[in-house]
Amino acid sequence: MAQIEEVSVDSYRHLVSDRALSGETMLLNMGPQHPSTHGVLRLLLELDGETVINAIPDIGYLHTGIEKNMEAKTYLKAEVMTDRLDYMNTTGNNLAYCMAVEKLVELDVPPRAQAIRVILTELQRIASHLVWLGAFGLDLAAMSVFLYCFREREYILDILELCSGQRMMTTYIRPGGLWRDVPVEFETAVRDFLKMFPKRVDEYEALLTKNPLLIDRTVGLGRLDGATALSHGVTGPTLRASGVNWDLRKSRPYMGYEQYDFNVPVRTEGDTFARYIVHIDEFRESMKIVEQALNKLPMGPVNSDNRKFVPPPRSEIGVSMESLIHHFKLWTEGFPAPKGSIYSAVESPRGELGVYLEGDGGPKPHRVHMRTPSFDNLSVINKISQGHLVADLVAILASIDIVLGDIDR
Amino acid sequence: MDTKLEPIVNVFQEKFGATYEEFRGEVHLFVQPEQIAEALTLVRDEYKFELLSALTASDYWPQMSPRFHVIYQLTSLTHNAEIQLRVPVNGDQPKIPTVTHVYDLANWRERELADMFGIECVGHPDPRRILMPDDWDGHPLRKDYPLGYEEPQFTFNFEDIDVRKPYAKE
Repeated sequence: MAQIEEVSVDSYRHLVSDRALSGETMLLNMGPQHPSTHGVLRLLLELDGETVINAIPDIGYLHTGIEKNMEAKTYLKAEVMTDRLDYMNTTGNNLAYCMAVEKLVELDVPPRAQAIRVILTELQRIASHLVWLGAFGLDLAAMSVFLYCFREREYILDILELCSGQRMMTTYIRPGGLWRDVPVEFETAVRDFLKMFPKRVDEYEALLTKNPLLIDRTVGLGRLDGATALSHGVTGPTLRASGVNWDLRKSRPYMGYEQYDFNVPVRTEGDTFARYIVHIDEFRESMKIVEQALNKLPMGPVNSDNRKFVPPPRSEIGVSMESLIHHFKLWTEGFPAPKGSIYSAVESPRGELGVYLEGDGGPKPHRVHMRTPSFDNLSVINKISQGHLVADLVAILASIDIVLGDIDR
Repeated sequence: MDTKLEPIVNVFQEKFGATYEEFRGEVHLFVQPEQIAEALTLVRDEYKFELLSALTASDYWPQMSPRFHVIYQLTSLTHNAEIQLRVPVNGDQPKIPTVTHVYDLANWRERELADMFGIECVGHPDPRRILMPDDWDGHPLRKDYPLGYEEPQFTFNFEDIDVRKPYAKE
């Protein structure tokens, strides 16, 4: 029989103000089952009437031990776990992990695979921002935006399904390239989406950007300055809305991002409205990248031909003894990675998604650490929500774009 | 080595007696636990490493002593450079001074470190567990912590396993 310990305010004494101890302010739990916490996040609120004095996040309800589990799997099998981290950005997580493995074992990726990776991660960024916009609208009681966003997101999930057979947990990007080449329908599907989507973004803007209700509720709300954001490790659109121009796709280009012409939307206000504008602008920039990548999609293989790391195609197994051996070795034992550690980061829709990967000479990673952006972005919530109303806290929380799977890992 | 990092490595060698390693173009500087707060303040203020990207640890049990390496991955937005500081920490009663006052990010990441590896961050303003429940025993990411599995129950051993199987009770 588990002991249920009573928690008194004493254990939170260092986090709340003195007024909470005398009962002058109220301590209130928001979550973990609260529709506007985007999952299972518990916020311990200290309230003075309707005003938030302190908001103390309590996380870990979705902790699944992904880092520990990855240590027990081979490099190829561990990739499946990365899909489950940030379930709004599955191809992006795959890319971050695969780039780390490729850096550790020094594996090259052919140009066609790089371009397809860029297209898929940018589409995924659009899908993730769509969920963000939908949930943001919903939290501000704009229900129709949510429905529109999920309607468009379905197109992207269909494209992912077309490539990988899965809508969300794709594991399509693999170390050394891709699982297989995209089907012939891929290009038309993406072009159809590109034709349809700009009008839809205009539609969202028509509904929201000049809407006095939205402006009243978001301008000046949850102001975050650039220095605080950096000190807290806040990255991604939230950082760029605070006036810091930092995007890993521009500053440290990977997967051939340097060939594409796109802007990094930056706003200086640092409030909730600025975060909204940055997200909307990123829709357009992502579409630009997808279009350019699709226009100059090179032909050629989509996998590295280094058979020590990349499994041979099915067709070769029946005719080549060597391929059969490679196939067997790779799917049973896995490939060994050298001793040493690397850190590689990509720009996920939420910020810097870093992978610290350490090999020990064997086929399983010694240590994998996922530096997930939501975790650090959420840590700033107490600072930016103080002094606002509870209803506005919901909007602030929605605007910093958290995914609980990404936080708890 | 990246030319931007050379002066930092030189200063660290002189000032802290730090050793350095290079792997795949990344520079890892090794400093002692008591120097870490000073070292981070130095790289933040002098060399403009504004962002502490990651703070984590790696466990080398049982092969190596000291057992843990605490890892500070730093990014400079001004110079577009990255550097890693590593701090070897002893295995019995591992302790490291907190760097919360240098980077705010360290607050949660050090709680994670204490939670997952049992490395105590001395002087931390909020030393509670962060991901695991408060009454949890052990530190999951240590190498001597087993990765648990659910035992499969068959008809012949159903009851034996049922006795010791953890259920959510009451």
